[in-house]
Amino acid sequence: MSVKWLFIRKGISAISGLILLVFAGVSFYKSRHLKEPVVLSPGVSQVKKLSEYFTGIKGTINDSNVYILEGEKPGGTILLIGGTHPEEPAARLTTWIFTENAVVEQGKLIVINSANRSASTVTRLGGAYPPDFTIPTSWGGQKFRMGDRWSNPLDQWPDPEVYIHYPSRQELAYVDIRNLNRTFPGRPNGTLTEKTCYALTQLIRKEKVDIVIDLHEAELQYPVISTIVAHQNGLDLAALASMIISGTEGFNIGVEYSPPALHGLSHREIGDHTDAISLLLEAPEPFLDATRGRTDRALLLEGKDEFVVKAGRHGLLFEKMDENGWPIDVRIGRHCSTILQIIELWSEEKPDKTVKVREVPRYTDVIEKGTGYFLRNPAKADPKKIYYE
Amino acid sequence: MIITILYYLLTGYIAFLIIWNLLKSKKWQEEILYIIILLPFLLRLFRLK
Repeated sequence: MSVKWLFIRKGISAISGLILLVFAGVSFYKSRHLKEPVVLSPGVSQVKKLSEYFTGIKGTINDSNVYILEGEKPGGTILLIGGTHPEEPAARLTTWIFTENAVVEQGKLIVINSANRSASTVTRLGGAYPPDFTIPTSWGGQKFRMGDRWSNPLDQWPDPEVYIHYPSRQELAYVDIRNLNRTFPGRPNGTLTEKTCYALTQLIRKEKVDIVIDLHEAELQYPVISTIVAHQNGLDLAALASMIISGTEGFNIGVEYSPPALHGLSHREIGDHTDAISLLLEAPEPFLDATRGRTDRALLLEGKDEFVVKAGRHGLLFEKMDENGWPIDVRIGRHCSTILQIIELWSEEKPDKTVKVREVPRYTDVIEKGTGYFLRNPAKADPKKIYYE
Repeated sequence: MIITILYYLLTGYIAFLIIWNLLKSKKWQEEILYIIILLPFLLRLFRLK
């Protein structure tokens, strides 16, 4: 082969590679920098940054917005954490419903939509996840980033060979050093994910939070599903909420006891290291099941998958699954009702720590009207009322 | 932070080796292989993925 032909061939190969690089790079860049608007509810009185509670994360991607809704009367303080695992979209969207609709009459409600913002800027490597998804609304639709379980390696890299949790010194999976729900209570001189947990812990201490509710979704092949995972100091509250929800709201939710020997999780460490009651909510998300079929936006939003249904027929699931699937409205509705029920029960039990929230839809409202009904149009909103995640 | 910088230097060095092999190779199958395995290294170096 002549040198000239060899040169031309290498040039063609290099240009082909460059084209692939540009297409992939543009897609990854757009996904990482997609702005998600939050149109503040009239009930939001302040928007702080997480770094106001711990300056160590100032200027980092995880210096997230902290939305504070205060009532006129004093009362208790509730913290909702969304986006601990951004590959569980119903958790983040539930916080959107609260930040765009909730009005607090008494007490204080603090909402974080993107607790691990870094993890919301990447999808699972090799998972073929869609980079984003759109919730249909009457004004068109709102696009959200699909995220991952772990912080973006662009923000925290490399992972260690062995991850030793602080302060328990328990050995956990190496990759979980980027998992916000394995690094609580965090430490000020740790990795970005550990620092983020430390900032959240500081927020809980400084704001004197009474109840922390960490929102999640789980695969149907995972036994901790459709449940409230409770630290021992919140077990009674969770059990009562479970009974009342299962009897009145139109869906069943169980209670799980937070294992004392499993460290790093919010429901364990927040309860152990702060005065707050720590609860974690799990809703079913077939998108996360290992036996799923095509991993696309339809599966993410509709929760329908014939392969997961088949797994259910073989007794491999811990939650029912049929051709109706688990649509995102159902998953968000479950979270909304469970949060409201917990707040109502807490307020009945502790009148001096009452938190009264209104304008948040319950399970049946979200299913009937759809999630998009509760999202506000940023094009018609006062620009001062728009924040970006 | 120092370890992260070292990893970026390693990534750059490996990307350089892949490009060097690409230029030296005489087989088109190898060239395609080098192009494909080079992409994730470049995406990380350019902080895109």
